[in-house]
Amino acid sequence: MSYGGHGGGGGRGGDRGERGDREGGAGGQRRPFFRRKKTCPFSGAGAPKIDYKDVKLLQRFISERGKIVPSRITAVSTKKQRLLANAIKRARFMALLPYVLE
Amino acid sequence: MDMALYEHLLIARQDISAQAVDALATHLKTIVEGEGGKVEKQEYWGLRSLAYRIKKNRKGHYVLLNINAPSKAVVELERQLKINEDVLRFLTVKVEAFEVSSNKARRDDAAGVAVAKPEGVAEEIAL
Repeated sequence: MSYGGHGGGGGRGGDRGERGDREGGAGGQRRPFFRRKKTCPFSGAGAPKIDYKDVKLLQRFISERGKIVPSRITAVSTKKQRLLANAIKRARFMALLPYVLE
Repeated sequence: MDMALYEHLLIARQDISAQAVDALATHLKTIVEGEGGKVEKQEYWGLRSLAYRIKKNRKGHYVLLNINAPSKAVVELERQLKINEDVLRFLTVKVEAFEVSSNKARRDDAAGVAVAKPEGVAEEIAL
């Protein structure tokens, strides 16, 4: 229920509008809410290996409710997000991570 | 024979002793060796608290085995573990290479996983 409410059209629509603004004003003045481009925490040199046994690492990518945080927020690349989701699910199965946190 | 590397993690019931867990691990080792495989490393993580209850257990003994064996050894190993009532859960993952035990400290740090605190980015949103 909370999922549907949060990810509803309102928030996403606003996001899209914002991005459109930025593209439009790229040549002109800078927008006050400019966001710097985030990079994937699992790509590049010295990046940690995604492993289901590394609970401390995985914990940073689950929400307070125990859900997997979407990559648009954590900036994890698509490929790594797939591996990360798999690792979290394995950790959940082995009771290293909870399925839900109340 | 075709061999492959497997990481095998299992959770044993909380009521059995550490020695019993050790005996179980040696038993598993003989199974693997009987099928022509080898246990490269055996790691006992201790009695950890589970993130949720499994068959009324709040804690469990975790054992990690690094196995280099043909697939039929794993089939036999899993068959035996399914029968064993002391084993709550097990997971076998095929890997390209075994990890060097560098993140063991990380694991120990998060021993009490019951209250997970998301940090950094996760705090921005309340999903």
